[in-house]
Amino acid sequence: MNSLEFSLLVGTGSVAAGFLGSLTGLGGGVVIVPLLALWFGVDIRYAIGASLVSVIATSSGAAAAYVKEGYSNLRIGMFLEIATTVGALAGAFLAARVSPSAIAVIFGVVLFYSAYLSNRSRPEHPSAARPDPLATFLRMDSTYPTADGPRSYRVRNVPGGFGLMFVAGALSGLLGIGSGAVKVLAMDQAMRIPFKVSTTTSNFMIGVTAAASAGVYLSRGYIDPVLAMPVMLGVLAGSMLGARVLTRAKSRILRIVFSLVILALGVELIYNGLTGRL
Amino acid sequence: MRAWTDDRVERVIGALLRWGVILAAGVVLAGGAMYLVRHGATMPDYRVFSGEPSDLRNVSGIVAGAVSWHSRGLIQFGLLLLILVPVARVAFSVVAFALQRDRIYVVVTLIVLAVLLYGLTRVVT
Repeated sequence: MNSLEFSLLVGTGSVAAGFLGSLTGLGGGVVIVPLLALWFGVDIRYAIGASLVSVIATSSGAAAAYVKEGYSNLRIGMFLEIATTVGALAGAFLAARVSPSAIAVIFGVVLFYSAYLSNRSRPEHPSAARPDPLATFLRMDSTYPTADGPRSYRVRNVPGGFGLMFVAGALSGLLGIGSGAVKVLAMDQAMRIPFKVSTTTSNFMIGVTAAASAGVYLSRGYIDPVLAMPVMLGVLAGSMLGARVLTRAKSRILRIVFSLVILALGVELIYNGLTGRL
Repeated sequence: MRAWTDDRVERVIGALLRWGVILAAGVVLAGGAMYLVRHGATMPDYRVFSGEPSDLRNVSGIVAGAVSWHSRGLIQFGLLLLILVPVARVAFSVVAFALQRDRIYVVVTLIVLAVLLYGLTRVVT
């Protein structure tokens, strides 16, 4: 195989990953790393570097659309980015000290968890009755557009959400993924932010989180331009395509199929990690 | 002058992100096409991790490679632009919160910006 064929194959795989990632809300990064490492025989460190840049591209591209619709909350996002960026730096520094086999095993566990989270039903919590003092001080309570006009929401448990965001950032920096699943967990479970707001704000934060660790990866020589090129362009194109059909597609069946793919990749990563093949 | 409402700030940020990504993707695409035309028949080895050469790991090397039309340097320059898009977004937010006289969020945003710049220090030096 020469680099032209390799780029076309990786590019096609990346378009598919970005497309399914955006339809299911799991993001393309979670499948790019196992795809490159398991099927294309790429060293997991190069794979993580390439995935990280694709994560920045899709997050920034998608955020541009969401911000316009008025769902994302810039203040909540910015405050929690303190936790995710510090976490991302910690994860990136940790990545140099952990063996590739261990990274593969951790990655597999995160894949299981993401598949579980995306298939669990998420009941919308009623907004808190009383305002939270810290959330009020940080001006986090806001409104979001609905069919019946703007609806207001109140934020609670800011420290809990902040702590989970540090974990999300560390996983992002260690594995080169967006950690959207953990970010949404922090916002809708801990802080009780409405889904639309937590999903879009999370997406908005992913790019900033990934940019914090990308500098460390670049300086360490983990980002190969020739490998990153088809991955970044492919995932970006695929996710933009996915965002267009998002409103029309029946995403339930797709999500189950994609989750099965993720589970299979998780098993393979853990097996290869434990037997020292990666 | 119009006031910097949250709505207007969000629209400017949306445009900044969109055009930043388009610019970065365009540079990566140009560099990638150039690489494949010149070296499409060869195949780099990604199975063994050896790390990138130093001129693809820091700003001065990457910029020097890009201006002399080295294809790998040009792609890396596009990726560097992409990494700077979220940084620019945060930097703009500092200014926007300052114009809104929201002191708490000027501080919050400056902390995020400091963490991002710290992550980039090794690339600059």
